Amino acid sequence: MRPEIEAKLALNPSLVTSVLTGFLRDEVTKVGFQKAVFGLSGGIDSALTAFLAAEALGRDRVHAVLMPYRTSHPKSLEDALKVVEALGIPHTIIDITAPVDAYFEQVDRVLGYEANALRRGNRMARERMVTLYDLSAAMNALVLGTSNKTELLLGYGTQFGDMASALNPIGDLYKCQVRQLAAHLGVPSSILEKAPSADLWADQTDEKELGFSYDEADEILYQWVDLRMSPDEIVSRGYPERLVRAIVERVRHNQYKRRMPIIAKLSGRTIGLDFRYLRDWGT
Amino acid sequence: MDVAWSAFRVAIAQFAPKLGDVSANLSRHLEYVNEAKQVNAQVLVFPELGLTGYQTQDLTLEVARHVSHPDIQRLIQASQELDVIFSFVEEADDCRFFVTAAYASGGRLVHRHRKLYLPTYGMFDERRYFAPGDRIRTFSAQGGQAGVLICEDAWHLSSPYLLAVQGASIIYVPASSPWRNTMAASDFGSHAFWRQLLQVYAQLCGCFFVFANRVGYEDGVHFYGGSGVMGPDGEWVAEGPASESALVVADLDFRMVRRARYTTPLLRDERVRLVLAEMQEAVRRRSTDEAGD
Repeated sequence: MRPEIEAKLALNPSLVTSVLTGFLRDEVTKVGFQKAVFGLSGGIDSALTAFLAAEALGRDRVHAVLMPYRTSHPKSLEDALKVVEALGIPHTIIDITAPVDAYFEQVDRVLGYEANALRRGNRMARERMVTLYDLSAAMNALVLGTSNKTELLLGYGTQFGDMASALNPIGDLYKCQVRQLAAHLGVPSSILEKAPSADLWADQTDEKELGFSYDEADEILYQWVDLRMSPDEIVSRGYPERLVRAIVERVRHNQYKRRMPIIAKLSGRTIGLDFRYLRDWGT
Repeated sequence: MDVAWSAFRVAIAQFAPKLGDVSANLSRHLEYVNEAKQVNAQVLVFPELGLTGYQTQDLTLEVARHVSHPDIQRLIQASQELDVIFSFVEEADDCRFFVTAAYASGGRLVHRHRKLYLPTYGMFDERRYFAPGDRIRTFSAQGGQAGVLICEDAWHLSSPYLLAVQGASIIYVPASSPWRNTMAASDFGSHAFWRQLLQVYAQLCGCFFVFANRVGYEDGVHFYGGSGVMGPDGEWVAEGPASESALVVADLDFRMVRRARYTTPLLRDERVRLVLAEMQEAVRRRSTDEAGD
């Protein structure tokens, strides 16, 4: 990353922590909840969310849910347990192997062919979110999201799977900023140092799958999204044209994942278009 | 001009209004009036849209109040023992809606300021719901001539200028300023902007600025507080905390205005006729290529 961009993306960690913990406290309690529940994968994003939530709400008002699948790397569960231990927060382990396998056993038979890795991965992500929403009702706790700004922009996530949540404290932080804040808050070093992975199949890493590094993505996204430079202008600053175009196109293509379902307009006031209220209405 | 170089105590209610719940917010206002009386404040200032919350959107129609509305009259009545500046969605006789700040004193409405500049950029969408005010005037209040600017109004250079040349020695700024662009370690975004702005304005105009900013979150948007009083020397007289509710109290000594204006007599040397002539010329030239206010 170029030094001037790196400097712009350098966080003031204590200020950001105070805003995000305030956000969690305020938005959880004002809709009548006291607790939060979230999936803890062993990766840096959910670890950071755990640290923020524990600081915001207190250890006994957050609940981590660890949801391994049979092909998940054992180190993922191990790292997730390190977070649980470091924070001293309650946790539950729910193995999602049986429901996911049962589903594909039936559907593969009905369709007459085997699901590919993408479908299986999406199903796992949604199985986890279904589980979280069920536990949300069981525990009377709001579901926290753990997707960062880079992932959300790139659409590198499953709609109504890991992209779903009631509140997302880290969705305006680029991946490189997630790393900074996680280091500041004391996320265990084995989590800080490992390659980012959705851990949906063996040896998967995000960067291998995307075809570029998160640092490259952050650098280009920041200039395009935040500084409003055009793709041409970014290319003229010396970035590879193919990379810039690939990232911009990915963001555009995945816009549908970031929006609520669209509604066909018939009346004078349509939800989402001209029926406008904040979600925090009256809270 | 007959100016009594007085001193008085001002209190700022830095709090988080409940979005769209006027009666809950009115109760909070009345509680703060009592609290301010207990600390012997003579003026109490509330943030922008303290009675309604900031992003009223389609709630605008329900939360709007004519000045004759019992809710507004109740707050005006609450100014028997101390002056109160509060802000609400004002419904005019012709059913236009304004972001208004009212100055009430002795149980009477003394002055009304309707927000002049309604931002529509970035996360803002005020002009969709509100009509802009069309005048900026000083009025006689505690400490001499006073003026009111609502949030974005103060981001326009001409606003404090117009109040200063009318003789304002104190300018109240009710605000609902969200924190943004604050990620970078080197950039505190809107908070830094406000601090610099108030410091420079106070020194250029030789007057006090009372900045009353709200706290709390609306759909993830964070209002940072940081209310306070900036003196005519460019130093904070009092400064509230960031992000938490507080009653910020400050004692204002108006002899500071006198000294500042003697030491750095910028207002004395101001050439209003030159400014007027040049503004007329600038407007004439501008209107040849484009329409504009």
